[in-house]
Amino acid sequence: MPMLRSLKSKDLLGVKELSPDEIHLILETATGFKEVLGRDIKKVPALRGKTVVNLFFEPSTRTKTSFELAEKRLSTDVLNFSVPTSSVVKGESLYDTIKTIEAYGVDFVVIRHSFSGAPYFIARNVRASVINAGDGVHEHPTQALLDAFTIQEKKGGFSGIEVAIVGDILHSRVAKSNIHALSMLGAKVRLIGPPTLMPPHIPEGVRVFYDMDDGLNGVDVIMMLRIQMERQGKGFFPSTQEYFRYWGLNLRRLNGAKKDAIVMHPGPMNRGIEITSDVADSPQSVILDQVTNGIAVRMAVMYLLAGERA
Amino acid sequence: MKILIMNGHIIDPAQGFDGIGDIVIEGRKIKEVRRQEAPRRLTQESEKCDDSGTRIIDAAGMFVLPGLVDMHTHLREPGFEYKETIRTGTLAAVRGGFTSVCCMPNTNPVNDNETVTEFILRKTYAEGACFVYPVGAITKGQRGEELAEMGMMKEVGCVAFSDDGHPVMNSLIMRRALEYSRMLHVPIISHCEDMSLSDGGVMNEGAVSALLGLRGIPDAAEEVMIARDIILSKLTRGRLHIAHASTKGSVALIRKAKADGIPVTAETCPHYFSITEDAVKGYNTNAKVNPPLRTQEDVEAVKEGLRDATIDVIATDHAPHHRDEKLQEFDKALFGISGIETALSLSLGLVQEGVLSMSQLVEKMALNPARILGIGKGSLVAGSDADVVLVDVTRDFRIEAARFVSLGKNTPFDGWMAKGAPLTVIVKGKIFEAESTAAPLRDGDCRK
Repeated sequence: MPMLRSLKSKDLLGVKELSPDEIHLILETATGFKEVLGRDIKKVPALRGKTVVNLFFEPSTRTKTSFELAEKRLSTDVLNFSVPTSSVVKGESLYDTIKTIEAYGVDFVVIRHSFSGAPYFIARNVRASVINAGDGVHEHPTQALLDAFTIQEKKGGFSGIEVAIVGDILHSRVAKSNIHALSMLGAKVRLIGPPTLMPPHIPEGVRVFYDMDDGLNGVDVIMMLRIQMERQGKGFFPSTQEYFRYWGLNLRRLNGAKKDAIVMHPGPMNRGIEITSDVADSPQSVILDQVTNGIAVRMAVMYLLAGERA
Repeated sequence: MKILIMNGHIIDPAQGFDGIGDIVIEGRKIKEVRRQEAPRRLTQESEKCDDSGTRIIDAAGMFVLPGLVDMHTHLREPGFEYKETIRTGTLAAVRGGFTSVCCMPNTNPVNDNETVTEFILRKTYAEGACFVYPVGAITKGQRGEELAEMGMMKEVGCVAFSDDGHPVMNSLIMRRALEYSRMLHVPIISHCEDMSLSDGGVMNEGAVSALLGLRGIPDAAEEVMIARDIILSKLTRGRLHIAHASTKGSVALIRKAKADGIPVTAETCPHYFSITEDAVKGYNTNAKVNPPLRTQEDVEAVKEGLRDATIDVIATDHAPHHRDEKLQEFDKALFGISGIETALSLSLGLVQEGVLSMSQLVEKMALNPARILGIGKGSLVAGSDADVVLVDVTRDFRIEAARFVSLGKNTPFDGWMAKGAPLTVIVKGKIFEAESTAAPLRDGDCRK
C-alpha cells in the first residue's frame, strides 16, 4: 500500500481541476488497488466506517456498478439512493435532497446528473467529498482517469502517443475529460467526426479530422464514442447508414492505424453503428480491460479523497 | 472526328482569350485554341469537309464561347415527365447553348438519396443530349426536418445540395446542413423565401398587386432569408450559394457579405433583369414565377450586381410546366418560366447595354458556375471536353414559344426580338444545329 498522500481538493469534480501530479498519484494508487482485485479476498479495510451515497439521476450500468463495487472493496458502507422512488418525484429540490443526505453524516457523495455543473453545486453546499460520476455534457473525470490508466498499462506511458477520439465530441463529457487528461499527460489528441458534432471551440494542440481514414493514420489509441440515435432527428447526421459509412470503425479502418493500436470505448456500444463486432471483439480491443480498471481507479480516487481529511 | 472552327471571335476568360482564332477539336476534346493572323475564307466545295475528313465550321462574324453551364434547371424527371423529361430538357438546354446543366431535386420521388441520383445519371447516359450534374436535396423529401444522405449522394455524383422549390425554414437544420457540407466541399444552394412572409402570395407585393387584387410577396420574404443564410454561412464557414436573387435589398446583402469575406456566391435569372411586375398585368400566368418579377428599381440593382460581380452567375431556373397548369386563374397557375432556350439571347442584351462585356457574360454563364460547382467546365483550354457554342449576334431572332424544344412553352418572352442566339452547339464533340436539334447524343458518356 502506498504512503497515505492526498488530493488538494475535498472533491473530484473535473479533470481540469486536477494537476498532472495529482493524476499521476491517482494512477499510481490505482495500480496498487488493481493488485487487490486479483486476490481471492477482494477487500481492504481502508475506508471502513466511512459512508458513501450513490446519487444517480441518470441511468447507468457501468459507472454505477463500478463505483458500488469499488466502495465495497474499500469496506465503505454504501447507500444507493434510488431517484425514481425518492421524494425527488414529489418535486423535492436537489438542495433539500443533499442537505437531508448530509444530515445523515455521509462522507462521500457520488453524483451523476443530467445538468452540467450539478456536482459543483452540491460540493459547495455539503461538507462531504463529492465525486462527479458524469454531469450533463461537462465532465466524467473517473472515466478519463480509467482511460488514462488503461493507456498507460498498454502503451507504457503518454509521451508521443497519438490518441484519436471518434464520434459525437460535441455532446460527450467523456471526450471532454479525456481531452483535458491526455493533454496534461503529454499525449497528442485528435478528434474525428462529422463537422456537426465538433465542439464550437477546439483546444489548442488538438487536430480535427472529418475524414476518418486520414484521421486514423499513425494513431496508437482509438477511443470510440457512442452515437445517440436521437441526434439524427436534430440534423447532426442524415442516417445511421451514412454515419457508419464515414465514421464507423471496421477492420479496414483499424488496419489504417498503427499496427499495435488499441481500441477503447466507454460503453455502452452500438454494434454496427460506430463500431463493428469484429473490431469490438478483436485482440486489439481493450474495452473490457477498461471496465476492470474502472474499479481500481475509483478505489484510488476515494482512498485519496479520504486521506485528505485523515 | 476532327472539327476545325475557323474565323470565330473566341471568348474564353479562363485563359484570357478574347479575339479571332481557330479551335481544333479531336474526338471529344479540344485539342488547340490558336490566334488567327488573317481570316481565311472557305470555298463553296470545301465548305464542310477537307481532305483529312475534318469537319470545317466557318464561324466568321460569330462569337465562339465555351459551352454554357446552367447551375439551376428543373428537368422534372422522375415523376413529372408530362412537363419535361431528361431527354427533352437537355435538348432544350443544347438549343439554348448550354452543354452542362444541374437538375434540381424537386422530382417525384425527391432526389434525396443515391438511388434517385443514380437513376437520373443513367437516364442521362441513355437519352441525355448534354452533361447533367444532379443537385441533391438538403433534407429528406425536402420536408426541412432531417438531413438527407449528402455524403452518399455526393459519392454517386451530386455536385451541390438544395431544397429548391422550397426554403429550409428551420434555421437549426440549415445550420447543420451548412456545417455538414463543409466536409464535402460542395455549396449549399439556398432558395431564400420566408414562407411565413410570402404567405400564399402570387406576385410581387406593390402597386401592381394592389391594382390587380392579387396577394403579394414582399421583398422582405426573400431578404430575411438571405440575411439569415449569410449569417449562418458566417457562423459555420459553410459555402452558401444564393439562388435566383431578385431584389435590390438582396443584392445589397450579398455585396456586404462578400465584403466581409463570408463564403457566399449568388445567381440571378434573365427574367430578373429583363422584365418587371408590369408583365403580370392582364393576369398573364406566364409571368408568374417564384421569386416574383419585381420593380424597375430591382431590375437596375440586379444589373448593377452583375456588373460589379456581386452576382456571380446567370442561371435559368428553367421551370417547364404543362399548358394546363398555366391555363388557369392566376392564383391557381403554377410558378415558373421555361427559360433555358431564351437565357443566352436575353443575357446578350446586357452586353448590348454595356452592363457586361462578352468576356464577363461568359464568366457569368459558363466559367463561374463551373468553378462554384468544382466541375471542369466553362473553358476552351486545350484538353477540355469539346463543349462549344457558336453565337450569332448579327441578326435579330424572334422568340417563338411554339418552336421551343422544351415541353414547357410557358414564357413571358414569346414574340420578343432578341439580338443574338446560339446557332451551333457542340457537346463533347457532337454537333447540334440549333434549328434542328432532334437526335439525342449516342456516342459516349455525358456524365463525366
